Amino acid sequence: MNKVVALTGDQAAAEAMRQIEPDVVAAYPITPQTEIVMNFAQYVADGRVQTEMIPVESEHSAMSACVGAAASGARTMTATSANGLALMWEIVYIAASTRLPIVMPVVNRALSGPINIHCDHSDTMGARDSGWLQVYCENNQEVYENVIMAVKIAEHKDILLPVMVCQDGFITSHAVEGVKPYEDKRVKDFVGEYRIQHSLLDVDRPVTYGPLDLQDYYFEHKRQQAEAVKNSLKVIPHIFAEFKKHFGVEYDFIETYKMDDADIAIIALSSTAGTAKVVVDELRAEGKKAGLLRPRFFRPFPKEMLVQALKGLKAVAIMDRSESFSGRGGPLFAEMRSALLDEADRPLTVNYIYGLGGRDIDTKQIKSVYTDLEKIAAENKVKHLINYLGVRGEK
Amino acid sequence: MKKKGWKEIPIGGLIDKGGTAAEYKTGDWRTFRPVRDEKKCIHCLLCWMYCPDSSILVKDKKMTGFDYEHCKGCGICASICPVKCIKMDKE
Amino acid sequence: MANIKELSEKIPERLGPGHRLCAGCGASIAVRQVLMGTEDPVVAVSATGCLEVATTIYPYTAWKIPFMHNAFENAASTISGIESAYRALKKQGKIKKNIKFIAFGGDGGSYDIGLQALSGALERGHKFVYVCYDNEAYMNTGSQRSGATPYGASTTTAPAGKASPGKVQFRKDLTAIVAAHRIPYAAQATISNWNDLVTKSQKAFAAEGPAFLNILTMCHRGWRYPQENIVQIAKSAVDTGFWPLIEVDKGTWRFTYKPKERKPIEEFLKPQGRFKHLFKEENKHIIAEIQKEVDSNWQRLEHLCEASCKVA
Repeated sequence: MNKVVALTGDQAAAEAMRQIEPDVVAAYPITPQTEIVMNFAQYVADGRVQTEMIPVESEHSAMSACVGAAASGARTMTATSANGLALMWEIVYIAASTRLPIVMPVVNRALSGPINIHCDHSDTMGARDSGWLQVYCENNQEVYENVIMAVKIAEHKDILLPVMVCQDGFITSHAVEGVKPYEDKRVKDFVGEYRIQHSLLDVDRPVTYGPLDLQDYYFEHKRQQAEAVKNSLKVIPHIFAEFKKHFGVEYDFIETYKMDDADIAIIALSSTAGTAKVVVDELRAEGKKAGLLRPRFFRPFPKEMLVQALKGLKAVAIMDRSESFSGRGGPLFAEMRSALLDEADRPLTVNYIYGLGGRDIDTKQIKSVYTDLEKIAAENKVKHLINYLGVRGEK
Repeated sequence: MKKKGWKEIPIGGLIDKGGTAAEYKTGDWRTFRPVRDEKKCIHCLLCWMYCPDSSILVKDKKMTGFDYEHCKGCGICASICPVKCIKMDKE
Repeated sequence: MANIKELSEKIPERLGPGHRLCAGCGASIAVRQVLMGTEDPVVAVSATGCLEVATTIYPYTAWKIPFMHNAFENAASTISGIESAYRALKKQGKIKKNIKFIAFGGDGGSYDIGLQALSGALERGHKFVYVCYDNEAYMNTGSQRSGATPYGASTTTAPAGKASPGKVQFRKDLTAIVAAHRIPYAAQATISNWNDLVTKSQKAFAAEGPAFLNILTMCHRGWRYPQENIVQIAKSAVDTGFWPLIEVDKGTWRFTYKPKERKPIEEFLKPQGRFKHLFKEENKHIIAEIQKEVDSNWQRLEHLCEASCKVA
């Protein structure tokens, strides 16, 4: 039996990294990710891992070194947050385009400015078109397990894409929860060994990485990337199955909570879903048919599953912890609306942008969203399509 | 070279072999061609040392000629030859 | 000391033909000479720039050794990752060979946008050679000024005009900046003195830690001189003292070559179109200022050599 230990989200990520024992970790500290780097550095200092750790001078160099290491056949990881992710931006795209299976825990934090260290999803949502896969974790156990699973996903020969494993800054990263880690050996057996097809260190078979790729072939390479993301929808379920076989825990692209007979539901990522579950329970006790739908993966976007889960619902609120400044709601809202467009029988949708810069989201606010949904369902009409929840000066 | 489709090329922009640029004939750029007077050549190999295009052919420590498929005709070899055994002829 | 005939036999051609650098380009000459500094297998990285774009136009590569280009400002951090991967895999017994690592950057990628990454990699002590092929401007995009562009040179972003004599600042001293990291080996070289360059490259590859070569590399398009005269231009940079051939070996500064008598700076400036405007009557004082700067730099280096020699 695995023992339950008290770990923060950051510690859970670091524990997974210790067990994976990557060949190379290049990382730069940034709040609220710092504890991941600190903990991992201690594992290196104590000789508990043989990883070569590169204490780089910036996140830009962190991702640059990761690209070099991964192309050399090293299992490679880093971690970051907000402005750190923004600084590595250029290389985030290069990592994905070069098809390097780097795994990066990202502790979601509001992107400046003004500068703010608390949670929202503006950092990773901005990177949604970078070609990385993105997993959003609800709690510390998921952080731990998804970091382990991400290695398998990233390195799968039919995927070969980098993966961000996102958790909510402070809310998850600094909150202590009971986490059940598996034995080191079981984790090592599960992740196996990284075998690259073309290593820069294979001096007898020299290859060139990162050429100048102009009008003749750039498009073909982008088409390959699109195919890899599409493939990942087919391949990842096999990895879920493998994970279940190995650890007995079931995963899927989405999580549904009391959705079977629901009339109304909230769609939310990460820790907010945990808060919403409490509200769903309360509403169910009142006899209201409320449910919750949580996409675990935002990339690949599990469109079919999400649409299927919403069959028969009357009204759905899509919660965005970031603004896209399109004037048409947040990024999750845009994706969901687009996914539902082909459905003849689709629920009414409404968008709530909430929690920016770490603004608290509590059960009372979430309850108010369900109340709005009841009204929308009853009137069969959405009055306010895009709403800002928890900001002063509204209505 | 026939351009390939996206399923036929390695992923990630990788070029999976070294030195493939040799297939690209930069010799076509040339307007002047280096010509060597073999009798005068002292095989000092300075032309080899200063050639930007790896187009001076050397065998057994001796200069044996030019790789005209790739020589761009820059004229550096003629300019630095200590015995002036290379001249640049109009193509 | 290197022997040219032995080099021609012992060293494989690592940068093959068919690349699309300009006819008469200095960059590939510098790369070929630097790569003569070791017989071990080498893995190379290049920053974005002429060298990178012209040698790797997909689906062609001129590199016969493993090569990676990542971006403009991160050649040093990219090679850090590769070198760390090598150490990780070597200690696990997955790699048996001894491999050397080299990163190339132009002056834009080294003096300017990549300086932070370079500094970080040097401070961390990765075992690699960093080569700045310094052609004194952003030549890949048509000769824009950089931190390495010399005072008085006309570039497309600091052009000479009625109100300006070209670049109005002196260049920064990257070699001294790098030496301040107290790495095992740093040196300045140029292609005309090939034996000096190859010898320095041998020392750089043999160093137990980061090593740095700052190689003055002519660009006839940006410098505007007849393409075949590259070696003569390089030689005049050395003979006038514009580009002193120095090395900093474990902290000791040393001239590796000193012209018997330093020639006036005009000999370096005159054949180059980028300095043409300096020879107008109204700009002659600028030439005097450049000469003064060259003289004082030379003096400074002599003091450094003397002082560091005593400490050693």
